[in-house]
Amino acid sequence: MLFLIIKRILLGLITLFIVSLITFVGTEILPGDACTTYLERQAFGEQLEACYRRLGLNVPAYERYISWAVNAIQGDFGYSLSGEMPIKEVLGPRIKNSLVLASAAIFIGIPIALILGIVTALWRDKLPDVAISTVTIFAMTIPEFISATLLILIIAIWLEWLPGIVIVPTDVSFLELLPNIILPVIAIAMIMTAHMARMVRSSVIQVMASEYVQMAILKGVPYWKMVFKHVLPNALLPAINVVALTIAWLLGGVVVTEVVFNYPGLGRLVIESISNRDLPTVQALAIILASIYVSINLLADLMTLMLNPRLKTLQIRK
Amino acid sequence: MKLDNIYQEEKKSNFAKVSDIIVTMASRPSGFIGLSILIFHVILAFISPYIAPYDFKAINPTLMLQAPSAEYWFGTDDLGRDVFTRTILGGRTALTITFFGSLIALLWGGLLGIFCGLVGGKTDDIVMRIVDAFLSIPWILAMLLIVSLLGTSTEVLIPALGFFYGKGIVRVARAATHDVIAKDFIVSARARGHSNFSIIWNEIIPNVRDAILVEGAMRWSWMLLGFSSLSFLGFGVSPPTPDWGLMISNARGLMSFAYWSVIAPIVGLSSLIIGINLTADAFAKALGIDRSTKAPV
Repeated sequence: MLFLIIKRILLGLITLFIVSLITFVGTEILPGDACTTYLERQAFGEQLEACYRRLGLNVPAYERYISWAVNAIQGDFGYSLSGEMPIKEVLGPRIKNSLVLASAAIFIGIPIALILGIVTALWRDKLPDVAISTVTIFAMTIPEFISATLLILIIAIWLEWLPGIVIVPTDVSFLELLPNIILPVIAIAMIMTAHMARMVRSSVIQVMASEYVQMAILKGVPYWKMVFKHVLPNALLPAINVVALTIAWLLGGVVVTEVVFNYPGLGRLVIESISNRDLPTVQALAIILASIYVSINLLADLMTLMLNPRLKTLQIRK
Repeated sequence: MKLDNIYQEEKKSNFAKVSDIIVTMASRPSGFIGLSILIFHVILAFISPYIAPYDFKAINPTLMLQAPSAEYWFGTDDLGRDVFTRTILGGRTALTITFFGSLIALLWGGLLGIFCGLVGGKTDDIVMRIVDAFLSIPWILAMLLIVSLLGTSTEVLIPALGFFYGKGIVRVARAATHDVIAKDFIVSARARGHSNFSIIWNEIIPNVRDAILVEGAMRWSWMLLGFSSLSFLGFGVSPPTPDWGLMISNARGLMSFAYWSVIAPIVGLSSLIIGINLTADAFAKALGIDRSTKAPV
């Protein structure tokens, strides 16, 4: 068991190492660098040389990678190009804001998804299932920027209930952020809930068709006792892994949603730093977002391992 | 003569198989709706240049932000361009780019997945590690970086989208190959001394084709979503080309008093994505593949 956990963590670290290599090589081989972007038309001769020296671009690429990686592990990502301030300080409040947004969406989304998924599975092909499934298909296929735009149009502009665009500085307190955050949270939670509800549904349906549930029915176990005692524990376990993957996949959607609502989080920073060709910040963002993805996956893997005794032996045999 | 007959019969049964699948797909209400929407959009993409009532880039300052009327069915936008014309033309670029992108994704993802599944061992381990690493970089960051540095031309977008949406197919193809590889007919093909290439072409591909095709159909709708998100963020098609994502992002700022110019492209894009999704779902069900437990990675 301990061996397995260590193995998973090591695999995650290897993945992160490859990600850092990919982003470093990627930003390296693509045309243009920090200095030519920064100096624009004056990018030649003495000035270019001076800029290379100042940013430390005059040493070989592998040396730069090593020093960058050593600093990055300690949380120091160097200086951003546009703001001329440490990336660490730029990232801090942005990460906090995005975390608030994402965790609010997750805490609202997961219980709703569980209820919807279980209801649709137990009343399969009946009216509740057909109605809810239709809505979830819509919620999950429509792009984030469309559902967000529609939310702004209907709730903020036509009904005038909530502010449509977030106009607050990056480092505001949570209470000031609250009314602004409701619409973005709804936009993200909607698509996430739809994805998860569908997975819970099919997982419950699979378990309901299994032999031990048939056996329980034949034995005369009361319906709801059977659902809560035999079906749900077994159905929700495999769903954890898939839910984690969904959350990680939705990171991209969070970027778009933040832009639509002008929300001061990591997603808008992605767009800003790419528009400004702020490569140091882009590298830092790639590593941070990839670490979030890897750790969510790791957590899900470990949770399924801990909760399911059958998987332990299975994995070792592999 | 006799061989010829067998060949003919097989060909016919292939055609019958395809039409069977389409009939099964259309027999469910959701599949029927999906197929009809998709066919409608494809036909529209072909004929829209001939039926568009106005020039999509004709700017008319005297007709700015007109409400829908008999003359301008969906009204006009902030530059006085006809929204109806731009809406029916708006899907062409997206459909073309994502269609060819999905083909590329299917091809490289499918082949690499089959190869990894067949070879196994160290090569497989290393390739899958790299694929995992690429998977953990959010697609939007990678796409934005490529597009902002290499430009937004079709020659950049199609391979870039094809590459980034293909890595998920690698996993599916590999898993499907793992399922067939232990079967007796592969073992006997090996015993007969067939080459790896012959085994892939004659034994594995026919057996994993369905799973890969279904995955590719699903990728198509995600790619469309990704592509229009890029356009929306200003990193996709460049103006004045009519494109739904771009139209929505332009009209968004004015929607408090000119909602029609944002509603029309929203309906266009959402219906196309839902159409492709329902079709892919029906396709999966017609082939007997359950996709609903899979995460959208």
